[in-house]
Amino acid sequence: MKKFAVETSLSYPKKGAMGKTGSWRVFKPILDKKKCVKCLRCWIFCPEGSIHREKDDSVSIDYDFCKGCGICANECNVKAIIMEREEVKKK
Amino acid sequence: MALKDYPVDECLLQGNASCPGCPATIGLRLVLKALGKKTIMVIPACCTAVIESLYPHTSFDIPVMNIAFEAAAAGASGVEAALRQQGRTDITVAAWAGDGGTYDIGIQALSGALERRTNFIYICYNNQIYSNTGIQRSGATPYAAWTTTTVSGKNEFRKEMGEIILAHHIPYAAQTCISYPEDVISKITKAKNIQGPKYIEILAPCPPGWRFSMDKTVEMGRLAVDSGAWSLWECENDVMTFNGKSKLILEKKIQRKPVEEWIKYQGRFSHLFRPQRDEVRLKAIEDYTDNLWERYRKCYTTK
Repeated sequence: MKKFAVETSLSYPKKGAMGKTGSWRVFKPILDKKKCVKCLRCWIFCPEGSIHREKDDSVSIDYDFCKGCGICANECNVKAIIMEREEVKKK
Repeated sequence: MALKDYPVDECLLQGNASCPGCPATIGLRLVLKALGKKTIMVIPACCTAVIESLYPHTSFDIPVMNIAFEAAAAGASGVEAALRQQGRTDITVAAWAGDGGTYDIGIQALSGALERRTNFIYICYNNQIYSNTGIQRSGATPYAAWTTTTVSGKNEFRKEMGEIILAHHIPYAAQTCISYPEDVISKITKAKNIQGPKYIEILAPCPPGWRFSMDKTVEMGRLAVDSGAWSLWECENDVMTFNGKSKLILEKKIQRKPVEEWIKYQGRFSHLFRPQRDEVRLKAIEDYTDNLWERYRKCYTTK
């Protein structure tokens, strides 16, 4: 990455600037690829950009950064995404 | 342009500090898809200053200048003047401010920049409150809405910023909503290709501020348009056109839904329904919306 020499405080772009925000999640979206009709509504409405769009317009969910808001499940017209409670991780 | 044709590149990176279900990030993703990487954004104090995340990292993959609350449009004017001096005409300058920084605090800088005919896009994402500082009342807050500074509901109606902007007779002004991505992207793309000052306002339903469930963000925006509480329009060289559902409501082709359909899902209006219905204020809201649309019809119907 190009660094700039200026006399002011500068921030540089980084994916995951606040860490892995997937840990905020309470409910987890589960995508059923058989039901998906590739309308891309989940992709355009995801606030986080956590729904990846492949070359053939199929989608996949990035659980590292998905905050679990549930907009994708609410906007899916064919109910291909459902929200499930996140399992509590044992230490 | 259909959803499939929009660029895959993201200029707003994942893992930023926005709340889950944030409308501002939906809006930013759409806007940056339309504007592309050759954009300089000027951002005053607002939620987006938080979404940028912590120093020394940022979640924006484009140049961003942070500036004082009241100075978004003035800062953008400066950036635009610097680019003009360098002979760079391929870069879009966009100011992105909340409704507090547009309706209340930033209005004189905005008015000045529009009057000076600065070549930039001013985008206001309107969540009808100062949500970054903890849900205070703003000039955009609708009548009877709860905020932390209007505990029993706001006593005044919101002001029509769009029409204040129209009084500047700028080349392009528009109002849209995050629930309609095609509408947002087509308006931003249109504004990008016009010389002179442009103003676009985007309604952004805020889950923590409006007190509704975070998966309903997009639905709330749609209901606001269906109920006539918000309208989609664009005004190009003083020719006003309403778009989508708002056009049908204006031409009386469909009846607007009662505003109650929109506010009953929002906790900020719950004092109108509990313990008993506040008929006086509910009627005042419906009457105000009816009068608003009557005035729109009188002013903007083309013969």
